[in-house]
Amino acid sequence: MKYMLLIYHDEPSWAALSEAERQQVYLEFRKLRADLVASDQFVTGSQLQPISTATTVRVRDGKELVTDGPFAETHEQLGGYFLIEAKNLDEATAIAARIPSARTGSIEVRPLVETVAEATA
Amino acid sequence: MSQALEKVFREEYGRIVATLIRISGSFDLAEEALQEAFTSAASKWEHDGTPNNPGAWLTTVAHRKVIDAIRRDKTRTDKQTEIAFESSRLQPYAETELLEEYPDDRLRLIFTCCHPSLVREAQVALTLRTLGGLTTTEIAHAFLVPEATLAQRLVRAKQKIRLAGIPYQVPSLEVIGERLAAVRAVIYLIFNEGYAASAGQSLIRSDLCAEAIRLGRVLCELLPNESENMGLLALMLLQDSRREARVKDQGELVTLAEQDRSRWDAAEIAEGVRLVQEALSLRRVGSYQLQAAIAAVHAEAKHADETDWGQIVALYGELMRVTSSPVVALNYAAAVAMSEGAAHGLDLLEAAGAGGALENYYLFHASRADLLRRLGRVKEAATSYTTALSLTTNHVEQKYIQRRLNELENKE
Repeated sequence: MKYMLLIYHDEPSWAALSEAERQQVYLEFRKLRADLVASDQFVTGSQLQPISTATTVRVRDGKELVTDGPFAETHEQLGGYFLIEAKNLDEATAIAARIPSARTGSIEVRPLVETVAEATA
Repeated sequence: MSQALEKVFREEYGRIVATLIRISGSFDLAEEALQEAFTSAASKWEHDGTPNNPGAWLTTVAHRKVIDAIRRDKTRTDKQTEIAFESSRLQPYAETELLEEYPDDRLRLIFTCCHPSLVREAQVALTLRTLGGLTTTEIAHAFLVPEATLAQRLVRAKQKIRLAGIPYQVPSLEVIGERLAAVRAVIYLIFNEGYAASAGQSLIRSDLCAEAIRLGRVLCELLPNESENMGLLALMLLQDSRREARVKDQGELVTLAEQDRSRWDAAEIAEGVRLVQEALSLRRVGSYQLQAAIAAVHAEAKHADETDWGQIVALYGELMRVTSSPVVALNYAAAVAMSEGAAHGLDLLEAAGAGGALENYYLFHASRADLLRRLGRVKEAATSYTTALSLTTNHVEQKYIQRRLNELENKE
């Protein structure tokens, strides 16, 4: 099954880290990614620019509405994601637990809707 | 259902459904097939007599029905693409596997039902439905929720298992400890719902207690030498042993001190005490074992005034070390009150409640009131009883508090 691991963290605390601390976290991320690639579980993944760069789009009554900022103000912000291949939820949560941000923020694990074509292939 | 079939149903349902789920990969398919097998049995057995091995008979028939259902699904797949996904998930099986014993299937089922990604209410409902074989109606009645709500809860839980890919397996060694703790919490919650029904006329719903004890036995059977599993079973047995003495005929609550101990169930006490000793000898102490040990000390006193309060205080002290919670601190205070006097107990009780965590807890105010009453502080006792009264919805507990209040009024 494919799972999306949505990485939520507290942006201000991330921004407050020293460059050396941040590099340490990046190192961990690269290591995890390499491990997942090696075990054929990595599909894709990326860090996201901070929410200050976000734009929200809505279409109402056929009119396009483009506004600044994320859709909703939350306690934690979406900071990145991994798309992984895992046998089941336990395997997916075990990988999620290895994401450095799991220690300070939280990881939302969401199964992808699998299309019929994929399932029968 | 005949009595013989009813007995087989109780004993075999969980075991058979667990195997069918593994074979079919679907809770719904397994439940439907087993239900149909029981229906067949009802007419067949009446005619031909009960087979030598009723469990094997039912498994064989239900298994065949699962295969039929899978075949039907596969045929329909050509026309209805939606079913393709569900069918592709079904695991291949071998006919020869069928008659072998699969002790692990029920274990898989327990861990899947109590998976942490399901909410507690769903864990409880799913455990009772699949492992216990209780009907949706029975579970809805026991938990005083509308049947439609409970049915919906079960549908959502099964859907989440399927869509989120909750595995049907015994968890890995790294997480099994936590997962097992969740399983015990679900079983004990079922027991407590039966033992101290949170609302309604009857204080004890004994069928839920019996079911929880049965599940506790299954857990001990599947994972022997797990000291906390034994502790949980012992605790439930020792609490259940007082069931008859706990409520008067008029439905009034009787405190531990006032209970007629000749009405305690000696067999349950003997088994509970033996289990506690066995568990403690494994030297992996935990909160269920300690609570069971405390219950065992009570059980071994022929009269309330023979209770070894010193030992109970020591055990509560240990329990505070393992799991410090305001409720444990409250019980510790109550034990100290018995061992070293009400005044000392009241000090500890006030300290336990100082954080405010017990403010809405019925037993905190009821215990506080009892201690104040014993110290002759009648007015304060009455105030605390009144607060306690406002915090319980259980009729039996309400009656108990009302009786205490009446006694205090007569004193004034």
